[in-house]
Amino acid sequence: MNRWLPFEWIMAVRFLREGRLQTIFIIGGISIGVAVIVFMSAMLAGLQANFIKRVLTSQPQIQLLAPDQVARPLRKGAGELEDALVQRPSQRVISIDQWPKIASQMRAMPEVTAVSPTILGSVLVVRGDASRSVTLSGVEPDSYFKIVKVPDYIVAGEPRLTSEDIIIGIELAKDLGATVGDKLNVRAASGATRVLTISGLVDLGNKGVNQRICYAALRTAQSLLGMIGGVTTIDITVTDIYAAEEIAQRIQAANAVEADSWIKTNAQFFTAVQAQQNTNTLIRLFVGLSVAFGIAAVLVVSVIQRSKDIGILRAMGTSRGQVLRVFLVQGGLLGFVGSLFGAVMGVFALVYWHSLARQADGTELFPLMLERSLFIYTALLATITGLLAAMAPAVRAAKLDPVVAIRG
Amino acid sequence: MANREEDASQKASEILKLERVCKAYNVGLPTETEVLHDIDLKLDHGEFLALMGPSGSGKSTLLNIVGLLDRPTSGRLLIKGRDTAALGDAEITRLRGHTIGFVFQYHLLISAFTARENVMMPMLADRGFPSAEIEARANRLLGQVGLEKFAGNLANNMSGGQQQRVAVARALAMNPDLVLADEPTGNLDTRSADAVFELMRQVNRDSGTSFLLVTHNMDLARRCDRIIEVVDGRIRA
Ligand SMILES: Nc1ncnc2c1ncn2[C@@H]1O[C@H](COP(=O)(O)OP(=O)(O)OP(=O)(O)O)[C@@H](O)[C@H]1O
Ligand SMILES: [Mg+2]
Repeated sequence: MNRWLPFEWIMAVRFLREGRLQTIFIIGGISIGVAVIVFMSAMLAGLQANFIKRVLTSQPQIQLLAPDQVARPLRKGAGELEDALVQRPSQRVISIDQWPKIASQMRAMPEVTAVSPTILGSVLVVRGDASRSVTLSGVEPDSYFKIVKVPDYIVAGEPRLTSEDIIIGIELAKDLGATVGDKLNVRAASGATRVLTISGLVDLGNKGVNQRICYAALRTAQSLLGMIGGVTTIDITVTDIYAAEEIAQRIQAANAVEADSWIKTNAQFFTAVQAQQNTNTLIRLFVGLSVAFGIAAVLVVSVIQRSKDIGILRAMGTSRGQVLRVFLVQGGLLGFVGSLFGAVMGVFALVYWHSLARQADGTELFPLMLERSLFIYTALLATITGLLAAMAPAVRAAKLDPVVAIRG
Repeated sequence: MANREEDASQKASEILKLERVCKAYNVGLPTETEVLHDIDLKLDHGEFLALMGPSGSGKSTLLNIVGLLDRPTSGRLLIKGRDTAALGDAEITRLRGHTIGFVFQYHLLISAFTARENVMMPMLADRGFPSAEIEARANRLLGQVGLEKFAGNLANNMSGGQQQRVAVARALAMNPDLVLADEPTGNLDTRSADAVFELMRQVNRDSGTSFLLVTHNMDLARRCDRIIEVVDGRIRA
């Protein structure tokens, strides 16, 4: 007998051990339930994390833009309109007003981890006979690479951006028949032209993006796009990615800019995640219920089988409370042990599925995310479920009349 | 007032006292039947009493009441001079655990445990945790009933006589004042029955534990201090 186990635990463990098949079957049932929960939760978390990671390393979490330009009706005098018909103006590419001041304000915010002024504009890249219309991002590599992990996506060359360099998407490189070290003629709509050298190729995991993306140094892009000293966006990352929308709203309220968070621009994704999570919760609930009923059923039978033992225990001075706890502990133990086996089963299933499920390009569909919190949470939940399920049988055992039990 | 003085003065000699105890089953139902009628009974400290009587006469019912497993419908039950009527379930359980040991005819031991563990069980329930001391006491008691070699055997893997001796050892675990034995030898052959009886008689002589033994065996009954016969729920002198 284990010295450290209290009476109730000793009884509970023995009763479970003696109930062999019953115990094995119910633990099997609990394990399968727990395995389903672990598998599903971990896979969902993996898929989400994968998506979020991709979004967050290839997009700024908050992007500040110049506010929409609005046309105002022309007024002659007080209350008199000269031309009341207002058309939405075509949106010129314009610089953010006083962007250095805004940028330094952003850097001063404690929840902001990186700030990078960026200029975006359309240019034509020409190499020999081939030419493509692309989006040129003029960036300061030091700050920008903290926000968009360009170096992580480099597949050839290096993430170098001097005033003569350009980094382009791999699909664009293919279209142009160019590679690292080749020179490209970059032409803006205004007619300005620069010759830049390809320093690196990037793969952002999306063919459309890879066809259109190019990065150049901020100053180079500014002069090409005819906006010396101007930027079109300020890109920001924050400490808590889920607070991005709230922070964006605060920034927008305090400055003459439009602030878009990744949460707003990926709203669809969040709707999908919410739907998945609701389904997941529902499945957990029903798995939990069926596990609870299983445990309760087994323990009710066990109380009947053990009624003579219970009678003897009561005759020997065991209190109702002790009998109650003996069965509660059994319920809790079943839940806990079941959750351990279930977690192992779930992890095996997950690892197997992870090795099978591949994306079209052969990379993993989701990262293996086995967080300790999931297992702790599941074990806790299973144990509590077991305890609750044991309530009715335990009360029944405690109420057993020892006279009837012994005579039985 | 008079009663309490009486209780106190008799505390020294009487372990058990029943006054006009009645027991009815199915009270309030059409099937209500009174099984025990006005039982008066005294048991002295150190007394070894045989309870006899035909089947269905109410011996087990009486033993259950004395053992605090059941309550009388009317009348008073005093254990060591203490009226039990006012005691709550928790106190009754405690009193039972500390003063009374049981030996039943059937369902003697808990099958999931070894002989030693069965003997440890009442002490374990009382203390809450196992200890070397409890284990040593269980071993000593098993030695006393001649079963030290079987201490590690599962209850199921022992003969009926051995099991019954383990049950006696278990009944003595809490060093009770009174042991109630309901036909403990009814299932045993003559020799085993004799051994179990002698064991109880020995404990009675050595440590002064009182015994209330229900038996159909006239031979054994004659070797007790006193014989009481229950017929149709009444004590016949
Ligand atoms: N729970 C009960 N409900 C109704 N009647 C009962 C109950 N328990 C016992 N009886 C009745 O009470 C009477 C006495 O039973 P008891 O078991 O005390 O007899 P006994 O003297 O121990 O008999 P035996 O020698 O066969 O063990 C019997 O008629 C029995 O049918
Ligand atoms: Mg009987």
